[in-house]
Amino acid sequence: MEQAYDIGKRLRDVNYVPDETLAMALQLSLDLKRPLLLEGEAGVGKTEIARALAAVLGTNLIRLQCYEGLDANHAIYEWNYQRQLLAIKASEHERKPADILEEQIFSETYLLKRPLLEAISQTTPPVLLIDEIDRSDEEFEAYLLEILSDFQITIPELGTITASAVPHVILTSNGTRELSDALRRRCLYTYVDFPTLDRELEIVLTRLPDLEADLAAQIVRFVQALRKEDLEKIPGIAETLDWAAALTGLKLGCVDGDLDSIKASLICLLKTESDQKSITTEVVSRLAGQAA
Amino acid sequence: MEHQSTEIESGHKITRQIAGFVDHLRLNDYRIGPKETRDIAGLLVASPLAPLKQARTQMKILLSGGRDQWMRFDELFDAYWVPRGRERQSVKPHSSHKDSSLALNQGIWKNHLASDQPTDNKTETELDDGVDGDQSEGADSKLIATEHPSKSKTDFRKYLDPQEIAHAEQLAYQLAKAMRNRLSRRFRRDLHGSRLDFRKTIRANQCHGGDPITLVKKSRPDRPVRIVILLDVSGSMKLYSRFFMQFVKGLVCQWIDTDAYVFHTKLLRVTDVVREKNAVKAMTKLSLLSEGFGGGTKLGESLDQFNTIYAKRTLNSRSIVFIVSDGYDTGSAEKLAHELKRLKRRAARLVWLNPMIGWRDFEPITKAMSAALPHIDHFASANSLASLAAIEPELARL
Repeated sequence: MEQAYDIGKRLRDVNYVPDETLAMALQLSLDLKRPLLLEGEAGVGKTEIARALAAVLGTNLIRLQCYEGLDANHAIYEWNYQRQLLAIKASEHERKPADILEEQIFSETYLLKRPLLEAISQTTPPVLLIDEIDRSDEEFEAYLLEILSDFQITIPELGTITASAVPHVILTSNGTRELSDALRRRCLYTYVDFPTLDRELEIVLTRLPDLEADLAAQIVRFVQALRKEDLEKIPGIAETLDWAAALTGLKLGCVDGDLDSIKASLICLLKTESDQKSITTEVVSRLAGQAA
Repeated sequence: MEHQSTEIESGHKITRQIAGFVDHLRLNDYRIGPKETRDIAGLLVASPLAPLKQARTQMKILLSGGRDQWMRFDELFDAYWVPRGRERQSVKPHSSHKDSSLALNQGIWKNHLASDQPTDNKTETELDDGVDGDQSEGADSKLIATEHPSKSKTDFRKYLDPQEIAHAEQLAYQLAKAMRNRLSRRFRRDLHGSRLDFRKTIRANQCHGGDPITLVKKSRPDRPVRIVILLDVSGSMKLYSRFFMQFVKGLVCQWIDTDAYVFHTKLLRVTDVVREKNAVKAMTKLSLLSEGFGGGTKLGESLDQFNTIYAKRTLNSRSIVFIVSDGYDTGSAEKLAHELKRLKRRAARLVWLNPMIGWRDFEPITKAMSAALPHIDHFASANSLASLAAIEPELARL
């Protein structure tokens, strides 16, 4: 428990406020050296965890953003063809033997390291963030399995590269596609929910230390109530912080004062047209009444 | 094997208990290998006096693999490790997995299902009566929607009639096949494609100095439609549930992208259960899930549950959603209309199959049905195999 508490405290030192389960999950993943799969709605701070962890451990953060059509060339390595061609052209007049030339152009100088290769060739173990894994194709997911279990990459021209330091891997997913059982089995799993009132208040106060405690409490209560409304896109923590900053900028002291300004500032929280239509001035005044 | 204290004891007994717990989770569809078992055993032995809550969170992180499992874990954990005055039947993890799974099912689930089961016999006889008669005759006085979920467990094994199964499954299969194939407009890289992909060919041949040596081909990929089926298993649909469960089983086969749910007052995902190849095992699982089958209907609430939890993950722009229900609802009609509107936004097509349409002089006059009609793309009868077969050409056009 001390350890879990410890990492929780260290995360707080770098301005990240984790809940107890999340701190324990991070601790377990560090202890067991297993990747950690975080699932949850957009905007609950999944990506931020990796950043905070890198700060806590004092290492690099290497990020691989997944998208449909992401392939091994973009994720692992690629030869720098242009440079290789140039090298061949440049050495034409030197009349080098082919095998020496070949050795030269298939060396690490001509290798473009993409995030995954980069991550396993560091001297100190970095934090490797594989973001939105559910966006990538199933083929890529299968490819990832090999790397996640053995931490080695085979390059035909160079041979197998084994990890010099095993990275701390964090995968995030928004749940838009079911991930394969094989991938899930290799990872520890945590479902990240929207923060509770107390935790969100702590986050707002940590990130915006200049904010008055009273206004912060009102803002958080308002957002928590807003999440219970029927929305297409539920506002995340980043939106709460944006809104808090916006209210400070507008110099509004409380959320139930100037309703029109409040309504206008809701563009920070509501990101689709139908959401903006469904939250009318009446709804705003009801929510503000609850929050104040 | 009694657990009196809330702290997990150490010693060699623990390993047997852990094996039992893992078995318990596996029966509940957790995919857990020996590696995970070793991991949790290591954790527990390393800190034998850890508080129960911590042990639970650690196991939850280690063993669950998805949102469903994450949400259910606490309940399953408590059912196994924390006795609440109910006696858990002893688990023998050393017996071979094959014969243990069936035998243990009942015992392990006792803690979750309502313990009062005196209604069991009554329900079965009542159902048998209805099932033997012709569908339209047997259903006279039973179409009353009730507010409370029934606590009895319906045993689906009673319903198995091999010929009917085969027929319903085959029909479902044909329907799914008719709807399945759509060609994409876009091209994708394909090893055996019919056309050359110039852009990718140029890119791939940079390493040959631009001489086209490796050719990259492309083709239009199949974009199979995804079928999502929501089946009403409430009291008013009792006569049809047997038949439609088989229909669902036919839809949810290996090569068609399907997702199946049943609902009464709440919604349950049954895809994995239905996909189970071993029929006896599947039916046992289903009857274990079936608490509340044959009770009241809350269409709006169930759809709300679907929209909030599953819709985002399961629906895409190529999804066809089937709702199989008679529209006898105890919830509010406005709620239903609202939820259908939400559902329509995410799904490509919304098809409502209503077993009552086959009846002569039927008009969709229930409040729920008339509220739902404007949001539905296709409204069809489904009271017999013949009527289902009749909608196949319609669906092929959708």
